[in-house]
Amino acid sequence: MTATVPAGLRTGMARPQPRGPLGALVWGALDRRPDEVDEEVRAALVTAARTAVASGDLLADDDVQLTLFVLYELHYRGVAGVDDAWEWDADLLRARGVLEAAFEEALRDRVEVPADVAADGRSVADALFALTAPGPGPSVARYVGRRADDDQLHEFLVHRSVYQLKEADPHTWAIPRLAGHAKAALVEIQADEYGGGTPGRMHSELFARTMHGAGLDATFGAYVDRVPAVTLAGVNAMSLFGLHRRLRGAIAGHLAAFEMTSSLPNRLYGDGFRRHGYGTATTEYFDEHVEADAVHEQIAARDLAGGLAEHEPELLPDILFGAAACLYLDDLVGEHVLGAWERGESSLRPAAAAARRAG
Amino acid sequence: MTAADGARASVREDPAVPTVPRIVACPDGPIVVRGDVEIVDDRGRPVPRRRRTVALCRCGGTTIPPYCDGTHKANGFSTAGC
Repeated sequence: MTATVPAGLRTGMARPQPRGPLGALVWGALDRRPDEVDEEVRAALVTAARTAVASGDLLADDDVQLTLFVLYELHYRGVAGVDDAWEWDADLLRARGVLEAAFEEALRDRVEVPADVAADGRSVADALFALTAPGPGPSVARYVGRRADDDQLHEFLVHRSVYQLKEADPHTWAIPRLAGHAKAALVEIQADEYGGGTPGRMHSELFARTMHGAGLDATFGAYVDRVPAVTLAGVNAMSLFGLHRRLRGAIAGHLAAFEMTSSLPNRLYGDGFRRHGYGTATTEYFDEHVEADAVHEQIAARDLAGGLAEHEPELLPDILFGAAACLYLDDLVGEHVLGAWERGESSLRPAAAAARRAG
Repeated sequence: MTAADGARASVREDPAVPTVPRIVACPDGPIVVRGDVEIVDDRGRPVPRRRRTVALCRCGGTTIPPYCDGTHKANGFSTAGC
C-alpha cells in the first residue's frame, strides 16, 4: 500500500536551517541519540531556551518560533534523522516548556477576549459568529482574489504549506480529551477533513495537489526555511493548544474560529488561481473548502464550542481565547504578507538560506 | 427483560441517539442535514453529495446551490422573522 502514500509523506520533515543560538544548540543535540547527550548539554538546552525568551517579540522571533515548530514536529510525523525517543525526552520537554510558557503568556497578554458571554450553546455560537464576522478591511483573500500576481500566489501557497499539508492534525489531539456532544462534533468535522475515509479526499492531499498544480514541492516542510516566524507562530499556537489537555477549550475555540473564517476567503483564493488560468485540479482544494467549511462552521460553533461550554462551563474563557488567538495570529500574518506585497517585496525569507543548506 | 434488552430499549428511546435523519435550522444560517436523505433537484435528479453532513442554503445568496457557501454572513440574512 506504500505506493498510495505520496513520496514526501514517508519520512519526517527535512531539518530546516537553525535561525539562532537556541536552534543551533537544539539541532546539535537532536543529531545524536538521547542516551548520547550528556548532562551539560541537557542543562544548556533549558538555559538557552530561557535566554531566547528573555527579550523581544516572541511572536516574531525566528529562533524561538522555528525551534518550537521543530520540537512540535517530533509529536507529528517526526524530523528526518532525529531519533524518535527525543519525543518524550524530559529535558527536551523542559526546554520546550520554557518556550511554551513564554509563548502562551505573550498570546494571553496581547489577545483581546470577549467578556460577559453566557455558557450556553446559543450564546457561545452568537459570540463566535460576532467575533468572526467578515470585516470590510484589506485582507489577503481579497488581494489574492483580485490583485495577486503569479509569484504572489506561489508565496501564498508556501505560507500555507506549513500547516495545510498536515491540515486538521493539531485539532485531532483534542478528540480523546473531550466527551459527549463536543467530542461527537469534533469527530464529525475531522472525519470530513480526513476525506471521510478516502485518502485522495483528505484536505492535506487536496492541498498537495494544489501545490503540484502550481509547480511547487508538496513535501511537508519543504519550504520551512522560506517561512517567517509570524507564519510559524500561527501553526505553533495550534500545536500548543492541541498538545495540552489543560488547553482543550482553546483548541476547540481555535478550530471554530478557523472554520468560521474559511468559506468566504476560500472562494476568493479559488478566484485568484482561476484568474491566472489554473484548472480545477489546482483550485479543487479551495472549492472544497467553500462547501465543507460552511458545514463545519455550524458544527464547530454550535456543537463543538457551544457543546463544550455547556458541558464544561469553566472552559468558556479558554474557548473564546482560542478563537480570538486564531484571529489575532491570522491578522498578524495578513499584515506581514500584505505589507510586503504592497511594498513590492516578497513576504518570504530570502531563498539564500535554503540554497546554502542545499550547497 | 435482560440488561442487554434494557440497553437496546434505552437507545431507541433516547432523543440524543437519532434513528431518523435530522435537520437543524441554524439561526441566521443554513439548514444542516444529517442522515440518509436523498437530495434532488426540481426534476428529481440527484444533487451530487460529497459529505455525510451537508448545509443547505437558506438565504438565497449562495454561489454553490443548493449548498451553503457562507454568504449569509455577508448579506445580512436573518432568521429573526422566519
